[in-house]
Amino acid sequence: MVSANNELAYNTKIEGDIVVTRADAVINWLRSSSVWPMPMGLACCAIELMGVAASRFDIARFGAEVFRFSPRQADCMIVAGTVTYKMAPHVRRIYDQMAEPKWVIAMGACASSGGMYRSYATLQGVDQIVPVDVYISGCPPRPEALLDALIKLQSKIKKEPSANTLLKSA
Amino acid sequence: MATEYAFPDNAAKTADAAAQEFQTEKMSLAMGPSHPSTHGVLRLQLELDGEMVTACDPILGYLHRGDEKIAENMTYNQFVPYTDRLDYLAPLANNVAYAIAVEKLANLKVPARCEAIRVICCELARISAHLLGLGAYGIDVGAWSVFLYSFEEREKLYKLFEELTGARFTTSYTRIGGVARDVPEGWNDRVGKFCDQFLPILEEILTLLTRNKIFTDRTQGVGVISKEDAIGYGLTGPNLRGSGVAFDLRKDKPYSGYEQYEFDVPVGTTGDCYDRYLCRGEEMRQSVRIVRQVLKNFPSGSFYAEDAKKIFAPRKDKVLTSMEELINNFMITTEGPQMPAGEVYFEAENPKGALGFFIVSKGGGVPYRMKIRSPSFCNLSILPKVCQGNLVSDVVSILGSLDFVMGECDR
Amino acid sequence: MTAPADVTVALQDKFPAATLRPSGDHPALNLPVAETVAALKYLRDEFAYDFLVDVTAIDNGVDASPRFTVVWHVYSTTGHGYVRIAADCANDENPVAPTVSHIWPTANWHERETYDLLGVKFENHPDLRRILMWDGYPYHPLRKDFPLAGIQTPLPDLEVADLTKASVKPAPMMGGPFVASPGEMNMTDAEPRAKDESWTERREKPASE
Repeated sequence: MVSANNELAYNTKIEGDIVVTRADAVINWLRSSSVWPMPMGLACCAIELMGVAASRFDIARFGAEVFRFSPRQADCMIVAGTVTYKMAPHVRRIYDQMAEPKWVIAMGACASSGGMYRSYATLQGVDQIVPVDVYISGCPPRPEALLDALIKLQSKIKKEPSANTLLKSA
Repeated sequence: MATEYAFPDNAAKTADAAAQEFQTEKMSLAMGPSHPSTHGVLRLQLELDGEMVTACDPILGYLHRGDEKIAENMTYNQFVPYTDRLDYLAPLANNVAYAIAVEKLANLKVPARCEAIRVICCELARISAHLLGLGAYGIDVGAWSVFLYSFEEREKLYKLFEELTGARFTTSYTRIGGVARDVPEGWNDRVGKFCDQFLPILEEILTLLTRNKIFTDRTQGVGVISKEDAIGYGLTGPNLRGSGVAFDLRKDKPYSGYEQYEFDVPVGTTGDCYDRYLCRGEEMRQSVRIVRQVLKNFPSGSFYAEDAKKIFAPRKDKVLTSMEELINNFMITTEGPQMPAGEVYFEAENPKGALGFFIVSKGGGVPYRMKIRSPSFCNLSILPKVCQGNLVSDVVSILGSLDFVMGECDR
Repeated sequence: MTAPADVTVALQDKFPAATLRPSGDHPALNLPVAETVAALKYLRDEFAYDFLVDVTAIDNGVDASPRFTVVWHVYSTTGHGYVRIAADCANDENPVAPTVSHIWPTANWHERETYDLLGVKFENHPDLRRILMWDGYPYHPLRKDFPLAGIQTPLPDLEVADLTKASVKPAPMMGGPFVASPGEMNMTDAEPRAKDESWTERREKPASE
């Protein structure tokens, strides 16, 4: 069974040098294989984020090669750490500066729901100000959990109707 | 024949006039709060004259989570996970500092084995924090490899922490009156093996930077902090020692058995970024020295204060069979470890500096007021003075050398 | 190094209004708020307490008078001893204390933080503004009458607040934290109770947006 958007159907003997496939499959394959993260490393989860970028749990092998600190050059914002009300407007502004298509991973308990900081100063979940695609639980989540989230995000990206969206905006 | 070429008079005049008309304005630049070099969420409002910083105003509070207010609503043991997240590069050190501070309220003495475990935890946490400080500093000034090497060593440390406490970091390991569990079998040998293989790798890592021309150009003579400034601005830890003040709480006011161990405290001379970097490197070697001494004479006994019946939860098998232990367990879990009324202030030598807890207790299991004296908060206060007159790229170098953590700074 | 007892005796001699403060560990003294700067300067000059460790304040409770007590901790890098100086602020509504930022520059930020979280103003402070909460925040969070969950205020950035329809909402306490209250009391009072309920399943969310 070939599912709608993510199989590339290509047979060299029949097609030769021309690949005929759905636009979505190609676009989504390209997008999911090179999700460049924008690390919004705020607190302790940022240390696990740095651990994922380091040599043992290399995130580069999943395509998230460079951590672009500039939002204009990034695809996915990984909110790692507690978002306080003072920081929330800055997170939103940086999210707005990212170019489409963009995704958000809320890493850790604090970013997903405020975590153990139920207080006057902590935003109870970053989804109050930005739309989140993948939530990761853990305090802090293991690097493997972040890699799992990245893989989930990649499978989510593969299901997107990208060609439609591009055509509509064109 | 040679004639003196006489510049027309106009030229000098126009040059002067041009200089007067060419007015420069100072530029206001906000560095952060989302910035790779600000080590977390710190915002620096810089006023620049070209590349030269004329004024610097740090704006904090982007990670203020309300820890002190939360502490007034948590029992003493429930607050331990929050202390993890203060200096989240060395959570074990924070746990130990907090536990000792609360134990001072009750004048509680923990057994020698517990003290030895705490010392090993503190020193391994110090190595872990300095490694990350070095790695991050390396990236800031442009040396990527240091980060990768130091993180690999930290992964080995994480493995040890995970065996001991159950979590890679954010360990929540200490309890009031002791530690959560005893060391697992063979852990001491594994720590010893780690120390043996760590020293050569540390030398390798430091070799990458210590005599590296680019690194020394960026750090020597930059961000010089004088002795008087360092003491006046409340700096502690390697920042203070880098400026030549031999202030180490492990030597001056030893706690948790530090007086039994022999170690040196590196003190700098010029107080620039390079001295602070060298202090941190040497401290890691001394930490290994301390850990080795602890392992050699590791005491046997209990890992918690057994006579602190109303403070440390009793063993589970006793709780399920004996009435008194059941009641004590119930009281300690619901109301918290019963502490007498009073005020204490205790500071420990954390990797970042002197982390202090000022606890006001009115009795019972919940503190009335807890003030956390954070080393990073005080270390950052010198930024406006030190950044003035430096270039913007020097600001990055100074931030890296001050090695602060915003979790601790903002609480 | 002068022993701690000598320091308290000397201070009590020089400042007769000083009284001993019960303390768990270090020598501690209560002083009238007007004499604290002179006392701290005296400690620094005569007894080499050259390091100001911390400046903070305690809220003694909404009904207590005096309500705010400012506490200074000084340390001697040569003598390795701490001294705690505490002073009650005269006014309960607008507590004021003198600044020591001209003696120790570190006090600048500590005093800003005490002002931010507790509302204690420091006279002659060069730059008294909020440091941990944002500049327009109307409350002083660490006061005892301020709930842990917080009070509804608009987000610091109005543009973002409009865009996202978010605001500073009280955290959902859900009836917790279930903790006993501080203080020695009899067992019925000391039972852990639901504190600071902002909203629970049975009580509605406060009106927002």
